[in-house]
Amino acid sequence: MRKLLLITTVILVGLIFIARLFYLQVYDNSAYNIFEDNAIRKVYNYPKRGYVYDRNGKLLVANQPSYDVMVIPREVAPLDSLDIEEFCALLKITREEYDSKLRKATNYSPRLPSPFVPQLSKSDYAVLQEKMRKFEGFYIQKRSLRSYQTSIGANVLGDIGEVNRSIISKQPYYKMGDLIGKQGVELSYEEQLRGVKGIKFIQKDRFNKNIGPYKDGKFDTLPQPGKDIKITIDAELQKYGELLMKNKRGGIVAIDPRSGEILALVSAPSYNPNLLVGRDRSKNFTRLFRDSIAKPLFDRGLQAQYPPGSPFKVINALIGLQEGVVNVDDQVTCRLGYYYGSRKLTGCHHHVSPIAMVNGIAQSCNAYFVNIYRRIIDKYDDAGVGQNKWADHAKSFGLGDFLGYDLNIGRPGRIPDGNYYDRAYGDNRWGSTYIVSNAIGQGEVETTPIQLANMTAAIANRGYFYTPHIIKEIEDDTIPSKYTTPKYTTIDKKHFEPVVQGMFDVYTKGTAKYLQVPGIDICGKTGTAENFVKIDNVRTQLTDHSIFVAFAPKDNPTIALAIFVENGYWGSRFAGRMASLMIEKYIRGHITRTDLEQWIFTHSLENEYEKPQSGEPFKINGQSSLQVIENYAIDNSK
Amino acid sequence: MLRENQRHFKFDWITIILFLLLVAFGYLNILSASHEGEITSYFDTSQSYGKHLIFISLTLILIVLTLSLEAKFYEQFASIIYIVAMLSLVGLFIFGKEVNGARAWYGIGSMTIQPAEFAKFATALAVARYISDLQTNMQTIKDQLRVAAIILIPALLILLQNDAGSTLVYLAFFFVFYREGLQQVYLIIAISLIILAVLSLKFGIIITSIATALILVIAYFFRRKKRGLIPRFVVIFLASVLISFGIKFFYTNILKVHQQNRISLWLRLEKDPAKLEKMKKEEAYNLLQSEQAISSGGFSGKGFLQGTRTTGKFVPEQHTDYIFSTVGEEWGFIGTSSVVILFVLLILRVLYLAEDQKSQFSRVYGYGVASILFIHFTINIGMVMGLIPTIGIPLPFFSYGGSGLWGFTILLFIFVKLDSNKINEW
Repeated sequence: MRKLLLITTVILVGLIFIARLFYLQVYDNSAYNIFEDNAIRKVYNYPKRGYVYDRNGKLLVANQPSYDVMVIPREVAPLDSLDIEEFCALLKITREEYDSKLRKATNYSPRLPSPFVPQLSKSDYAVLQEKMRKFEGFYIQKRSLRSYQTSIGANVLGDIGEVNRSIISKQPYYKMGDLIGKQGVELSYEEQLRGVKGIKFIQKDRFNKNIGPYKDGKFDTLPQPGKDIKITIDAELQKYGELLMKNKRGGIVAIDPRSGEILALVSAPSYNPNLLVGRDRSKNFTRLFRDSIAKPLFDRGLQAQYPPGSPFKVINALIGLQEGVVNVDDQVTCRLGYYYGSRKLTGCHHHVSPIAMVNGIAQSCNAYFVNIYRRIIDKYDDAGVGQNKWADHAKSFGLGDFLGYDLNIGRPGRIPDGNYYDRAYGDNRWGSTYIVSNAIGQGEVETTPIQLANMTAAIANRGYFYTPHIIKEIEDDTIPSKYTTPKYTTIDKKHFEPVVQGMFDVYTKGTAKYLQVPGIDICGKTGTAENFVKIDNVRTQLTDHSIFVAFAPKDNPTIALAIFVENGYWGSRFAGRMASLMIEKYIRGHITRTDLEQWIFTHSLENEYEKPQSGEPFKINGQSSLQVIENYAIDNSK
Repeated sequence: MLRENQRHFKFDWITIILFLLLVAFGYLNILSASHEGEITSYFDTSQSYGKHLIFISLTLILIVLTLSLEAKFYEQFASIIYIVAMLSLVGLFIFGKEVNGARAWYGIGSMTIQPAEFAKFATALAVARYISDLQTNMQTIKDQLRVAAIILIPALLILLQNDAGSTLVYLAFFFVFYREGLQQVYLIIAISLIILAVLSLKFGIIITSIATALILVIAYFFRRKKRGLIPRFVVIFLASVLISFGIKFFYTNILKVHQQNRISLWLRLEKDPAKLEKMKKEEAYNLLQSEQAISSGGFSGKGFLQGTRTTGKFVPEQHTDYIFSTVGEEWGFIGTSSVVILFVLLILRVLYLAEDQKSQFSRVYGYGVASILFIHFTINIGMVMGLIPTIGIPLPFFSYGGSGLWGFTILLFIFVKLDSNKINEW
């Protein structure tokens, strides 16, 4: 027995050692990570970030050099306080900031580089560079920052900012201090724009001295420059749209129906993209982010989900024709509203009666569309089946779900189907009369401006659309095929003509007849949407949103747009005027209807927006007066 | 002549081959750990790898010498060898040269010799000689004290030279004593002491005492004969409390700060993150670097002369005490587990041969050899991987250094010689 003690101990120790070695070398370290190897210095060479051009080749976004002071905490040599003070003075930080920055970097990782002071000015860099050798563990990393050649389109162009730790943990390509697209096309086309950074591996000794390239540079890579991209935005149109939206809140989305290219994506209020460049980025971003009243970071073209109002009526007309429940010539009597028995389900305004489809659209008759909508739903014995059928048609216009465009924000909108009402009312405990608001684009239907613009493009094309997109060209690359494949609606082409005629009549004799642009055949549809907010927990109605959709020319359309102006009252008041101006600007290049332009420039909605915040009682819609800007001069210097 | 040849072939070639493999692999790793820039000449004596190659060459001469002496010589001259070795240790206090705070070397020209490395086989011989004496009975207190004195003399001398690590090596002889008849109770006491020490430091005296009391109470109920058990258990309990206090006292007042820190890091005693960070920077730098180097090797290693940390000299003392980290980085799990297996095989082989000896002297000596190798192997590799606190002793046959290599070689080959002679031991 006594013989066994040492023998078993020896074997046991051997086994423990092998287990420990297995843990250290195989289990815990399945992949040797050269980036975590403190014996290898990694020197990054950042490529030029791709430029962004507008559809006409106008340069929108370029680069400017920037210098970050980086730190590898473990390698920081102990400095006496005089040296630290000198260093702080060079970096223009205080001693406390120095300590806290160093602590933060150490907390992240003592081995990996962290940005210490990002984005030095050129002059600071020049002074610092001379003395950098004195401060071991710190080095200067050159990067390129964005330089915006324009003040427009911040919501489209987006911006780049430092990666955060959660991105790094998901995408190991990025290292602390790297810049990454945060919004807009910078985010959507990050991979193409950024290129691939080059890297040199250098063998160090423990005194942190370079002793030569690691394995003779076998693993070193050269930087690959980022690709330039051309976006579909027409800078001139975008700029004009932003100008029109001054002192208003809302969105304009203009699409080329022939290709789905987004010509303009205006969101107001916006901001100058140059605010989000450089050292002030986080300060400015926080300021924009915290503005919960004007919400400049809220893209009203993509995210503003509201009931569409009357423009949605044309969809009901198309569905009615497709379902065969109505003929173009079927007339409906309107008695200033739609009556169900003796109950008035919806009101209407003065116009000729009885009325058929083309005129119904032109005059935006509520009674006509409630009638048609009920016929669609009641075509089947089960209202749920009818509602589902209706929803399928509406959804084929890209409504009720994310459109799939190449910007990363948006809302799905809502097209209620039968199940939706089964949930709300109980199975089969509802009928078409419960939900007639859908007929006129109120009620449960909700859309975003880009969905409306896309819907308009589908009508302009008489039955198909291309998924809207912002990318036009990528250097040495093609754009995804989903943007070049048409999507067909469930409505036959032949049914579009009367509807288009109706929309044309909106301009010639309907709700927008004062907005005609001589020489351009515009088809459009006005919309006015009621809206409510909660003020001190009281549901309060605000002035209606002004909505307008349009396309032009009537035959072979080249532009389709949707405009939405918060609290602009009726559709043709603000949104309609803007639509005519945008269309003329795009097609003709200059404005002949300067009267419309002048009116938009000289009228502001700022006082409307102050109402809910004022804390005082206020009047809405027709009871309040419009704010006029005196002595308005167009500021073209921007 | 023929008989002479036959006798040569009685050497245990398995042991010799294992030894050669370890020395050769050790040399490759020393070469990797110590070369700076291009290797111009393998015999470049300005470089550690060049010197080590010379040490290895001299080792071969040493082996021949060791094997050519009569086996009886070692038994007869054991005491004298021991006395000479002890005198050489004493002499250090007068003629010794201080390196890194330890007065453990004689300087002869540009060479240094560390007598502690030779004291190990001398002590092993003396122990073997004493125990194999017919008069000796390991069960008696008198003989236990005497044999303890044999190992305590070199242990104390070495401790006084500030080489605490090498002192611990003499604990190896416990295995020898146990094999040769030391009572079971010593083993129980030894294991209890280790457990008690770890518990007291980790959880404090109170919790340790409560745990001891609980165990004793449980033991009481399981014992059939309960008579006279209570007073005995009370004594054991009081002793354990006393020992707990003693260990705490020893840790806080006798151990040096760096030794305290090493134990603290090992048992993870420090909770304050700031202090811990500081402690790690000061005490665990080597360990951290060596662990990183080992784990960076992965399964198959980065290849000979390709280790990034080895090339960059990140692990201090890498060619001496931390040579195993080079194996880890450049040869990976395959290399490290091979080294562990080679050592285990070597130790087991020596143990097997020792048990096979006819003379008690040879057996005890063989056991001593195995125990010394084992303790070096365990402490060194355990330390380099962070399994036990940092204790600076070399890895036999592997670490850079002439004295160490020669000391271990003589230690092993005396046994090879004794073993080859067993046929004459009727």
